[in-house]
Amino acid sequence: MKEQHAPPEARHLTDGHPVGAHDVGGRPGPRVEKDEHPHALWEYRVDAMMLLLSARGLLTTDELRRHIEGLGAGAYEGMEYYERWCAALAAAMIDRGVVTADELGRKLAEVAAREP
Amino acid sequence: MSDTHHDHPPDAPPTHYQRMEIALREILMAKSVFTPDDVRREVEAMEGRSAGTGARLVARAWVDPAFKARLLDDARLGAAEMGIPPGPYRVLVMENTATLHNMIVCTLCSCYPRVLLGLPPAWYKGTAYRSRAVREPRAVLAEFGFALADDVALRVHDSTADMRYMVLPMRPAGTEGWSEEELARLVTRDSLIGVAPALDPQALGRASDAAG
Repeated sequence: MKEQHAPPEARHLTDGHPVGAHDVGGRPGPRVEKDEHPHALWEYRVDAMMLLLSARGLLTTDELRRHIEGLGAGAYEGMEYYERWCAALAAAMIDRGVVTADELGRKLAEVAAREP
Repeated sequence: MSDTHHDHPPDAPPTHYQRMEIALREILMAKSVFTPDDVRREVEAMEGRSAGTGARLVARAWVDPAFKARLLDDARLGAAEMGIPPGPYRVLVMENTATLHNMIVCTLCSCYPRVLLGLPPAWYKGTAYRSRAVREPRAVLAEFGFALADDVALRVHDSTADMRYMVLPMRPAGTEGWSEEELARLVTRDSLIGVAPALDPQALGRASDAAG
């Protein structure tokens, strides 16, 4: 889901380090909307890839989170939950050398080209 | 699996990230990291997981004090006793009492005891719940329609990638003599997150064919 409210002001720890956009604990926020979101098949598949890569020792949960956080503050405003996961999985696989950026770029073009 | 999951019109072109999912999955399959069957099995298992699993653990704990003690001591072993695969991370079960209520959150992202509760609801992953659950939890509970008495202490547990929590709600009054299957029907997902109590048996109505 996309967040519906304005992004919070940038915050810094007392030692000057910036607090990431993901680190929202304790910030003021809007009312909790009890939204339930049925998952699309592609979202389940992203989740399945996370589980399979973890089971094969190619991904750790904190690594996935680090790559999600690495997407930057804009990712929280402009991307949905599993879009962040998907981008982070791709980044993690490139980071580990399992997949190259070139392979991913070529395959993305191929996937787009075969659409009707 | 049906296409009813899609909130995206079936004839609309895939979005950029839907293409990325396809591309990444096809590359990883071509490299034999996993097979199409592996993906299908994981998706099916995910669809099959629900808070019903956590509810079974709670119902057993309500009727069997020795099991409850083992569950609180080591949730993975407790789950395994009931044939429930415990999953890759630690889970702590936090027991509600007349003087202490527990609720769970993951302020940094969306960590959740998925093996016991299924995938987290959208609001659990949203900024509003994550930011405010640790700042004004009683106000958040009120927004869920749960007025926690002022004299009940409230503990909020912030999950991490490797350490997840599940709440053991209080057994509702008026359920003496109920079977585990009947009791499990009172245990909602929200009560396992701690944003609601277990259902009131009066509201549910006791059904003799509770297993149905």
